[in-house]
Amino acid sequence: MSKYEAVIGLEVHVELKTATKLFCGCSTEFGKEPNTQVCPVCLGLPGSTGVLNKKAVELATKAGLALNCEIGTYTWFDRKNYFYPDLPKGFQISQFFRPIAYNGYLDIEVNGQKKRIRITRAHLEEDPGKLAHAGESITTSSASFVDYNRSGIPLIEIVSEPDLRSGEEAKAYLEKLKAILEYAGVSDVKMEQGSLRCDANVSVRPIGSTVLGTKTEIKNMNSFRAVQRAIEYEIERQIELLEDGEAVIQETRGWVEDKGITVSMRSKEHPDYRCFVEHEISAIELTPEWIEKVRASLPELPDARKKRLVEELGLPAYDAGVITSSLALAEFFDAVYEKYPDAKTVSNWIMGELLRLLNARNVELSEAKITPAGLAKLLELIKQGTISNNMGKKVFELMFEEGKDPEQIVKEKGMVQISDEGQLTQILTEVIAQNPKSVADFQSGKEQAIGFLVGQVMKATKGQANPGVVNKMLRKMLKKEE
Amino acid sequence: MQLSTLTVHQLSELMAQKEISSVELTNAYLERISKVEEKIQAFITITKEEALAQAQAIDKKRMQGEELSPLAGIPMAVSDNICTEGIKTTCASNILYNYLPPADATVVARLKQAGSVLIGKTNLDEFAMGSSTEYSALFKTKNPFALQAVPGGSNGGAAAAVAAGETAFALGSDTAGDIRQPAAFCGVVGFKPTYGHVPRTGLVSYASSLDQIGPLARDITDLALILNAICGHDSKDSTSATVEVPDFQGSLVNDVRGLKIGLPKEYFKAEIAPPVAAKIQEAIRQLEDLGAVCLEVSLPHTEYAVMAHYTISCAEASSNLARYDGVRYGLRVEAEDVTSMFAKTRGQGFGPEAKKRILLGTRVLSKECYDKYYTQALKARVLNKQDFDRVWAQVDCLLTPATLTTAFKIGDKENDSLAMYLSNYCAIPANLAGLPALVLPFGLVDGMPVGLQLIGNHFTEQTLLRVGYTLERNTDQTCLRPALA
Amino acid sequence: MRISPEDVEKLALMSCLELREEEKAAYTKFLQAGLDYIDKLNELATAAVEPAVHVLPRVNVFREDTIETGLDKALALANAPEKEAGSFKVPRIV
Repeated sequence: MSKYEAVIGLEVHVELKTATKLFCGCSTEFGKEPNTQVCPVCLGLPGSTGVLNKKAVELATKAGLALNCEIGTYTWFDRKNYFYPDLPKGFQISQFFRPIAYNGYLDIEVNGQKKRIRITRAHLEEDPGKLAHAGESITTSSASFVDYNRSGIPLIEIVSEPDLRSGEEAKAYLEKLKAILEYAGVSDVKMEQGSLRCDANVSVRPIGSTVLGTKTEIKNMNSFRAVQRAIEYEIERQIELLEDGEAVIQETRGWVEDKGITVSMRSKEHPDYRCFVEHEISAIELTPEWIEKVRASLPELPDARKKRLVEELGLPAYDAGVITSSLALAEFFDAVYEKYPDAKTVSNWIMGELLRLLNARNVELSEAKITPAGLAKLLELIKQGTISNNMGKKVFELMFEEGKDPEQIVKEKGMVQISDEGQLTQILTEVIAQNPKSVADFQSGKEQAIGFLVGQVMKATKGQANPGVVNKMLRKMLKKEE
Repeated sequence: MQLSTLTVHQLSELMAQKEISSVELTNAYLERISKVEEKIQAFITITKEEALAQAQAIDKKRMQGEELSPLAGIPMAVSDNICTEGIKTTCASNILYNYLPPADATVVARLKQAGSVLIGKTNLDEFAMGSSTEYSALFKTKNPFALQAVPGGSNGGAAAAVAAGETAFALGSDTAGDIRQPAAFCGVVGFKPTYGHVPRTGLVSYASSLDQIGPLARDITDLALILNAICGHDSKDSTSATVEVPDFQGSLVNDVRGLKIGLPKEYFKAEIAPPVAAKIQEAIRQLEDLGAVCLEVSLPHTEYAVMAHYTISCAEASSNLARYDGVRYGLRVEAEDVTSMFAKTRGQGFGPEAKKRILLGTRVLSKECYDKYYTQALKARVLNKQDFDRVWAQVDCLLTPATLTTAFKIGDKENDSLAMYLSNYCAIPANLAGLPALVLPFGLVDGMPVGLQLIGNHFTEQTLLRVGYTLERNTDQTCLRPALA
Repeated sequence: MRISPEDVEKLALMSCLELREEEKAAYTKFLQAGLDYIDKLNELATAAVEPAVHVLPRVNVFREDTIETGLDKALALANAPEKEAGSFKVPRIV
């Protein structure tokens, strides 16, 4: 298996966060009734003429700069000609000859190894419409339905050099790309909503070879994890073919999620798109001053933010990496830290409880009801000893679901930690009396036995006892009785 | 005096004096249509009810003392490749046999705003590809001067309608001389404005970098009035110029003294029919008598400009016609799968000329041929423009024959697409460079109109109108009427 | 360069045109004549000429990112040869 290395490049399409489409004033809002956000331009009616959305050019420039690209000072649009029912004009307006951004890169880290992935180009183009099928899939349907709401939405297509070498690296690339674009404010980058789509070009070659193997294009991957799995599958499939003495066919393959395989879709005999200049849309001339203005408007990007958290706040690199993996998370952290300036504790709670619940409930941070101020207050309560750490976790969950104030929750649920020795003595005495074996075990040197006794006290107090205090008291009491 | 022979400005005066109403005028034209249309076949659609309703509305406004434009209440015809809201717009093709646009083209909206009355949509070569209107999928339009002759193309219907008195003026499109050659063949005036001066919004694209809408009418004054209404920036059209629209009526001055008029030798070549050449020489002498200085100039890349135009227009057409696939509008030929549906719909919906140009354009843009033909053509386009730029340093405008012959007979060139295309030789280089060009009649040869062409630099419409107007004022050769009963 | 009927078939496929046999023959002839004609463009010495990319000198023709009224659904679908459930219906794609 290690005789071969994989060579992977990714083509990522990202919908830009504009209010209207690339060449017309139709809304880009997601999830509307079919064909209710259309006009003669995006329907490709005879005689229609489009005009370029200025915001799209700004956001594309911003994206290019965030990806360390050079920005073209004189670019234009070209027609990519092909026939498909979701393509209303029979051509897609894209940038073939001169992309607006080129020669960029982003850095990823996999298994502690840092790696720079080069970005060949990022160009503007319009989205085609959306197809729905009468049957279960496109291959089993006798009819399909076209919705042109999506037709004309501005996209940037980001093409990487084939610098990636594994499914894991590909996933890391996508996560980094998503974070960067999110921070830059150019897209919602939500794969589930289709504002981020990814195709992979995969080939293998013997290690040491500089010649590229035959590549296949993989489509239909609907999550970052799917991208990783699909690439890993495809690498193995290609290696097996070669080891069997067969050749890899250049084709387009679709990832079938529930079977975990790729299947041949159609022969990727490169169609001739006959690209030529789109005369109906004007050329774009950008001045260096304007480009610098856009660059100045970029916020602190993930890598810079991570560096700051590590160097100024002393967070471990791993923690900083997780915190900055999404803008929402990073901003949440900052807001909590402002009120509760203990970076590691805040980070632990975010990486621990917050992420756990977000994943378990499958919701976005924006949908969670807990606020940064709330979390800061909760941490304060724990620090003061009002509640135990474990109780804190329960409170956190309730704040997450209901958004209530932590002090209120603690009061309502009677969760105030019992630290008062006077209150505890009675219970401890009972527990000691009820568990002679554990007592004996502890007194004879078995340290773990105290854990059991503490546990029993916690049970008896419904978790409200301060475990640290209980532990101390038990030791004192048991030593005494010795 | 027959109302259907009067000019727009004459009719406007009559209506202002309340001597006729718009409804009366519209009815007069409708009657004329019913008399001659069977012979001429200029119209695809006649919008009788709409026209009368519009006319009535204008008459009411006039009655109420509202200030009206000189175009108010005047019947106009619009070529059927220009969108009209709710009115069938077919481009003379089966593939759009039932297409109803949801909106008016900008030029139509502007003329409606001025109060013009839409009397009908005129015939053309399918998708404006042709030089005789014989390639219309519907029927062939006849030349009002001789019914066995072509009216020219692609906008033959518009020119024939004006010449036959079926409309006071018409709007057409000019990509390869499609307004000017029919104007010359039918003895009317035609104008192709500077590219970008008239918005293309709502003009069904044939070759986007070449198409331009323009007027056809009976005299130069009419042209000025129409241009004032239709020229001007449209924010919905990226190719629309932001140049301020001058008052074109101000350029109607009877004076060409000292004006330098260039005669490009490449347009006076051997292929020009001697009687036509003689007529053009007559016009030149006339202008010289009026004080203009005519001198020979050269546009050495003219032949290559025509080749480049053919290459570029077919290439753009192959792409612009790709949207006709049976999915959202027009003809659909049923099939089991969508690719077959596309292929059958387009195979059956397009006529031969459209298909030929699509194939040629596809070939030109294919990766094996792209540099050889398309890039070369783009370079020739630059050389063509440079030819003209050099010439503007010497002269104020150019004078050429509008066509090499008078109108040829129906069927003569129908089977030779290339010959048909090349018959527009004189008109094409101006399209390639985006230059304004005017055609006005100058006499008859064997009963058939001869047209002369004036070409100017970008946005020099005023100079062309002035020369045309002067000629008009000083000779009777520019006013031609067919002997149509 | 000679154009063969197979070339024409390929072009017809690329441009989604179903042609009858007699059309293929006629159009092959036409294409040959047309291409021979425009081939003469290569007589021009154009090495030093930059091809005309854009016809107009205007650049940066933009619109603001504000929503404009489009077509209502009924009008958008009004010309549809076949529609269902508010969408344009097409036959089997694959």
